[in-house]
Amino acid sequence: MTDIRAHLDALPGVDPRAPLLEVRDLHVEFRTRDGVARAVNGVDLRLNPGETLAVLGESGCGKSVTAQAIMGILDTPPGHVTRGEVRYRGVDLLRLPEADRRKVRANRIAMVFQDALSALNPVYTVGFQLAEQFRMHRGMSRKDAKQRAVELLDQVRIPDARRRVDDYPHQFSGGMRQRVMIAMALALDPEVLIADEPTTALDVTVQAQIMNLLAELQQQRGMGLMLITHDMGVVATVADRIAVMYAGKVVEEAPVHDIYARPAHAYTQALLESIPRLDLKGRPLNVIRGLPPALTDIPSGCAFHPRCTYAREICRLEPPPAYRIAPQRIASCHFVREVLGV
Amino acid sequence: MFRYIVRRLLQMVLTFFGATFIVYALMFANVDDPLQALAGDRPITDSQRAVLEARYHLDDGFFTQYWHYVSGLLTGDFGQSLTGRPISEMLAQAWPVTVRLALFAIVIAAVIAVGAGVLSGIRRGGAFDTATLVLTLLVLAMPIVVLAPLAQLVFGIQLGWFPPTATRDANLYELLLPALVLGTLVVATELRVTRTSVAENLRADYVRTARAKGLAPKRVIGVHVLRNSLIPVITLIGVDIGALMSGAVVTEGVFNIPGVGFNLLRGIRTEDGPLVVGFVSVLVIVFLVINLIVDLLYAALDPRIRYE
Amino acid sequence: MSDYNAVSTVEAPGKSRTLAGDAWLDLRSRKVFWIAAVLVVVILVMAFWPSLFTSVDPRDCLLARKHAGASGGALFGYDFQGCDVYAKTVYGARDSIVVSVSATLVAGLIGLVVGLLAGYFGGWLDALLSRFVDVMLAIPFLLGAIVLAKRLSADPQSNGIVAVIVTLGVLGWTTAARVMRSAVIEAKNQDYVTAARMLGASPARLMLRHILPNAFGPFIVVLTVLLGINIAGEATLSYLGVGLKGDAISWGLAIAEAGPYARTAAGPLVWPSVFLAATVLAFIMLGDAVRDAFDPKLR
Ligand SMILES: Nc1ncnc2c1ncn2[C@@H]1O[C@H](COP(=O)(O)OP(=O)(O)OP(=O)(O)O)[C@@H](O)[C@H]1O
Ligand code: SF4
Ligand SMILES: [Mg+2]
Repeated sequence: MTDIRAHLDALPGVDPRAPLLEVRDLHVEFRTRDGVARAVNGVDLRLNPGETLAVLGESGCGKSVTAQAIMGILDTPPGHVTRGEVRYRGVDLLRLPEADRRKVRANRIAMVFQDALSALNPVYTVGFQLAEQFRMHRGMSRKDAKQRAVELLDQVRIPDARRRVDDYPHQFSGGMRQRVMIAMALALDPEVLIADEPTTALDVTVQAQIMNLLAELQQQRGMGLMLITHDMGVVATVADRIAVMYAGKVVEEAPVHDIYARPAHAYTQALLESIPRLDLKGRPLNVIRGLPPALTDIPSGCAFHPRCTYAREICRLEPPPAYRIAPQRIASCHFVREVLGV
Repeated sequence: MFRYIVRRLLQMVLTFFGATFIVYALMFANVDDPLQALAGDRPITDSQRAVLEARYHLDDGFFTQYWHYVSGLLTGDFGQSLTGRPISEMLAQAWPVTVRLALFAIVIAAVIAVGAGVLSGIRRGGAFDTATLVLTLLVLAMPIVVLAPLAQLVFGIQLGWFPPTATRDANLYELLLPALVLGTLVVATELRVTRTSVAENLRADYVRTARAKGLAPKRVIGVHVLRNSLIPVITLIGVDIGALMSGAVVTEGVFNIPGVGFNLLRGIRTEDGPLVVGFVSVLVIVFLVINLIVDLLYAALDPRIRYE
Repeated sequence: MSDYNAVSTVEAPGKSRTLAGDAWLDLRSRKVFWIAAVLVVVILVMAFWPSLFTSVDPRDCLLARKHAGASGGALFGYDFQGCDVYAKTVYGARDSIVVSVSATLVAGLIGLVVGLLAGYFGGWLDALLSRFVDVMLAIPFLLGAIVLAKRLSADPQSNGIVAVIVTLGVLGWTTAARVMRSAVIEAKNQDYVTAARMLGASPARLMLRHILPNAFGPFIVVLTVLLGINIAGEATLSYLGVGLKGDAISWGLAIAEAGPYARTAAGPLVWPSVFLAATVLAFIMLGDAVRDAFDPKLR
């Protein structure tokens, strides 16, 4: 389509048959004064075109850090990728020269952040911030770029886009601001969209609108969507597959319906039991006991063992291997069978 | 924006009366013989006494006196010095020199502060950052009464790099040393504020967004971080002008530059009270106006203020 | 950034420490603090027992020795009046410290009262006092000081010390008041203070027992910084001729007197400058260290 696209398609190692996005054994640590926080400890993920992968997990388990590592926007220092691969169509982005990597960002892999108010620059109009990408990546004139910005705002259904393009972020409501954020991520027609809790900062009614918009745009464009969220309800309605993270690792990965029907990892099971369900009204909720581990001091063996009701001696001593329990299902638990109840 | 301007203007009017009242009160409240207070140790002639009495309406109550003084200020009548020269005339001569010196100092200070501040904010804790921190500390520790004479001694007299004094129509080169001295008054704070603000803004979420948009680091910093980081620095400039005015008194005195500060210093040394009060009043007004402008500039830079 | 909590909560649940205690622990580990503290102590000793440093009387001047170079007795040589520069510089510490400490106390007291009243009672009192502070800030410090000091130092008999203290104190309290005010407002809204108020604690008791301790840190920081500013302020006023005079000995005065002769004799200009700068530096570093210690955010 354009030079940048052609350039990216010709990157050494591009493999048309490879998955759209594939993360292997990703490790990220933060070296701070309080010690080394191992935020991501061997994450494996895979995303195909048109697919929605939901990434679930407690606060602090490394979801955002994983997303930032994929984008290549970790705060370095203190954050460092210490091991692993992030392959986009077979090309390992971590080994790419910075200039090429920068072109992948926004052009091929884009990101929507949680809090649009702080994620948008307060001192520039949204039009400027949208047009900026066309000017920098496509070499458009200010005027053309602004025209494109208006079109984008239209696409995310911001009323009166032509006028609002000159407004500043703080002049928009929360939902509208998140729409701007989405427009910004979609500006250069990326193939992968990473949405990091895109609705957490919004009211419930607005949440649904934004999720619908995202799902719709994803289908229109056939993008791969990596949706980071806490919201199990959202996951059930929009996701194809789920990856559950604990202490910087993906502990279970499965198609969405399988996981709801029969979790294979003790942590997933506990997580599902901790959400309120209408059919179980009146019964006490099972809250997961204990706290998530400190990332400076992750428990040995299976990181979940201090909180796990299934745990036995071996869980403390040996990290569980990843069991493939169905063609599309992986779970890392020593007692998969017991959890599954077979 | 319009309402913001109106509000600021109203505030300024209030502050104007407040500030001039304080200056007036500092000088004249509770004095037995106000005229002698004006003249200090110096004997006053009868004709001087007559002029001063007419000027300050000393027979009236304090507030009436103040009112006469303020209306004088507002109509451009700043009074006469004890030597009989109208202060407005002296000011007209002295202003251009001082304005040039101050602008020069501001430009030098701003360039150094923003340049070095951004660099050390980006690499906090690095060698450059540590070096600038130590330097700013040293600069902060040098009151202008130390810096100006020493700079003149070392660079003007001993090394002979710059002319040790400057004339009324000094060229930029002649003004360079005094401007540098004057600039150091504000450079350290400006630099530190820039540095902190850059370091803070670098961690802001919108910077992460900018990087996610695939922008080059130069643009991320030059466009996104810089504009946000300059906002607190701009507000400083208003305060800085006050420091510069104070500093100009010493600097112009040391380097013999016949500007406003020089005249003020001479007024102090010759016990010329009316001159001192007149000059200080005008400087206070100028300071007010500049601060108003700075505030408007601030609003232009930060849309969140503008639309409040 | 709640994202960081996971790491920071691993801290062992040790003894609960007070803010001041924390700050002191932090201070002890700072090199800057120790350098500054040593400097300040030296200056204080110099101010109170100058005879430990020199046996020469700084007022014992002989025109015959005018601008004589350094000799056995006079480390830094003699100035234009034939006074021993070293002795004069050492003795200059006294008035400098006396003026700056007293002026800081005056300013601190005014700031404390104004800030406390404005912050605690709020409403129109706050509005009025805050406006007043704004007006004060609209007068460039030195210009205001020149006018006031000139007026106060009109008495030819005095040595100007009281005049300078009053000038610096009366004009220098604004920052202290602002800091006090915001600290009080912050403390006032804290739950335990609200609780104490509900339980019927009197305003005086609330301020003394609950609010003041909270405002202590930032207030100390401001005062430390103010000490340095006042040292420089005294020197500047004296330099300009509206500060110390008569038999007072001031670095600022010495610099002013030595200026015209700098070509012939640099010593009388350089040495007071060095001492003055070192003193201001010491207080600035002390202020920096104390501020960092009290403000965990800046660490
Ligand atoms: N810039 C940083 N500096 C230091 N540590 C960091 C930084 N960013 C993240 N971390 C560490 O990485 C851990 C994982 O953070 P992350 O933001 O990925 O959690 P998360 O799974 O997204 O949680 P949440 O659901 O709350 O967003 C955090 O607990 C924190 O300790
Ligand atoms: S490996 Fe052991 S501790 Fe970990 S989830 Fe499975 S049963 Fe629990
Ligand atoms: Mg997150």
